[in-house]
Amino acid sequence: MTLHLVSDKPSVIGVLDLQGGVHEHLEHLEQLGVSYKRVKHPSDFADLAGLIIPGGESSCLSRLLNIFEIKNVILEAHRKGMKIWGTCAGAILLAREVVGETPCLDLIDIKIERNGFGSQLDSFVSEALIPAVSAQPVPLTFIRAPKITDAGREVNILLRIDDYIAAAESENILVTVFHPELTGCLALHRYFAIKCGLKPAANSHNCIDPLWKSSSWTKHAGIA
Amino acid sequence: MDAKRYELNVQLAQMLKGGVIMDVTNVEQATIAEEAGAVAVMALERVPADIRKDGGVARMSDPAMIAAIKKSVTIPVMAKARIGHFVEAQILEALRIDYIDESEVLTPADEECHIDKTKFSIPFVCGARNLGEALRRIAEGAAMIRTKGEAGTGNVVEAVRHMRTMNREIRQLAQMPIEEVTGFAKNNGIPYELALKIKELGRLPVVNFAAGGIATPADAALMMQLGCDGVFVGSGIFKAADPAPRARAIVKATAYFNDPQKVLEASMGLGEAMPGLEISQIPPDQILAKRGW
Repeated sequence: MTLHLVSDKPSVIGVLDLQGGVHEHLEHLEQLGVSYKRVKHPSDFADLAGLIIPGGESSCLSRLLNIFEIKNVILEAHRKGMKIWGTCAGAILLAREVVGETPCLDLIDIKIERNGFGSQLDSFVSEALIPAVSAQPVPLTFIRAPKITDAGREVNILLRIDDYIAAAESENILVTVFHPELTGCLALHRYFAIKCGLKPAANSHNCIDPLWKSSSWTKHAGIA
Repeated sequence: MDAKRYELNVQLAQMLKGGVIMDVTNVEQATIAEEAGAVAVMALERVPADIRKDGGVARMSDPAMIAAIKKSVTIPVMAKARIGHFVEAQILEALRIDYIDESEVLTPADEECHIDKTKFSIPFVCGARNLGEALRRIAEGAAMIRTKGEAGTGNVVEAVRHMRTMNREIRQLAQMPIEEVTGFAKNNGIPYELALKIKELGRLPVVNFAAGGIATPADAALMMQLGCDGVFVGSGIFKAADPAPRARAIVKATAYFNDPQKVLEASMGLGEAMPGLEISQIPPDQILAKRGW
């Protein structure tokens, strides 16, 4: 006998655990007080409220998504209502158009250019107000970041800097070319959790987690 | 390097976690590595197996060759400087690559001092055989650590030894009463503040990859299960009979290191691995891991 509970809405956010900044997102979700899990096998994606595709190398991630047939699993879960947030490499995977390359998931109408700033010596931090996300300035970390150079009409631009777009969203997709998971800021994670229909802990309103340290990710990446 | 720049450099390595960094000697190999899913390439003129065979002094590669590789890929590019050769490092920083490996694979330029990495904006990765060596490099400004293993041998035994040694020492430190930390730090040549940090975190504060002898998908998965954050494959790919499928297979096995079925699939039909070297057959003065301290 199968029980169908009316209130059984998906309540877990998955973090794609193939390569990249996985532990950093897990740590932020934990601080936010929402349920989370690592996902890497097709069966892991059933009943996720949301999926975070972390930063890493997009060429590596897209290859792994294709060869292990996870790409179609993600597309199917998305059709059933799973929201997706891509940070940095994740944003590249979600884009409709990637300059000079074949797009991967093609789920948001943006044009993105890999490695838009240069080498690691051009990586930088700054901060900006993102009114839709937080009343306080949000710290921004760009690491060999891509640039979103164009967005379709149904895409809502959350942050524009100089000649590029740094954060944008559609109804089901959120993209940021910077890394909130590499700062003490929980605002973007909170914003995504709410987009997924979840209720983050009441005390997560402050943009910056005062207890966060740059080594906080290590508690999710212990030695064997 | 100010604190913020150092943090950014540690964070780039964090983005490489779970990935494979491959040695490449030309544009064609770099393209094969990128297409196979490498998270970065190490650009060098000769892979360690050839450096070992050729003998003589091994120096930084021709910057023109590194520049050509940098131009041909979008993933991060690393290159090696000799231990202590801070001018080779200055040249590589001027070339604006993404990471410098201060490497024992090249002939050391200084037997007393490693490079003062705090003077640079570019990040450094350094080799280590144990916790003390790793933390001395971090104290000098390294933003990423790798096991030394024994490069160019296709023999994973030294990488395993170094990873197990580091983990054992981290566990000891984590469980030790605080009054024993001073002595442990002294005996292992560890800066006291860093010893306290390891005790608090229960692991290295930066990303730690395995390197030196990884030749098969199983080797990569073994190192991942032993607790490293990713792997370097030097001679193991382009000294094998069929490099492209082997490169792809090692990427798969690294991502799914704890899934024997996936590692099995990755291990099928790859052709001959690189020829291996028994460590005890190597003359003692040709053991690369002993370079640096």
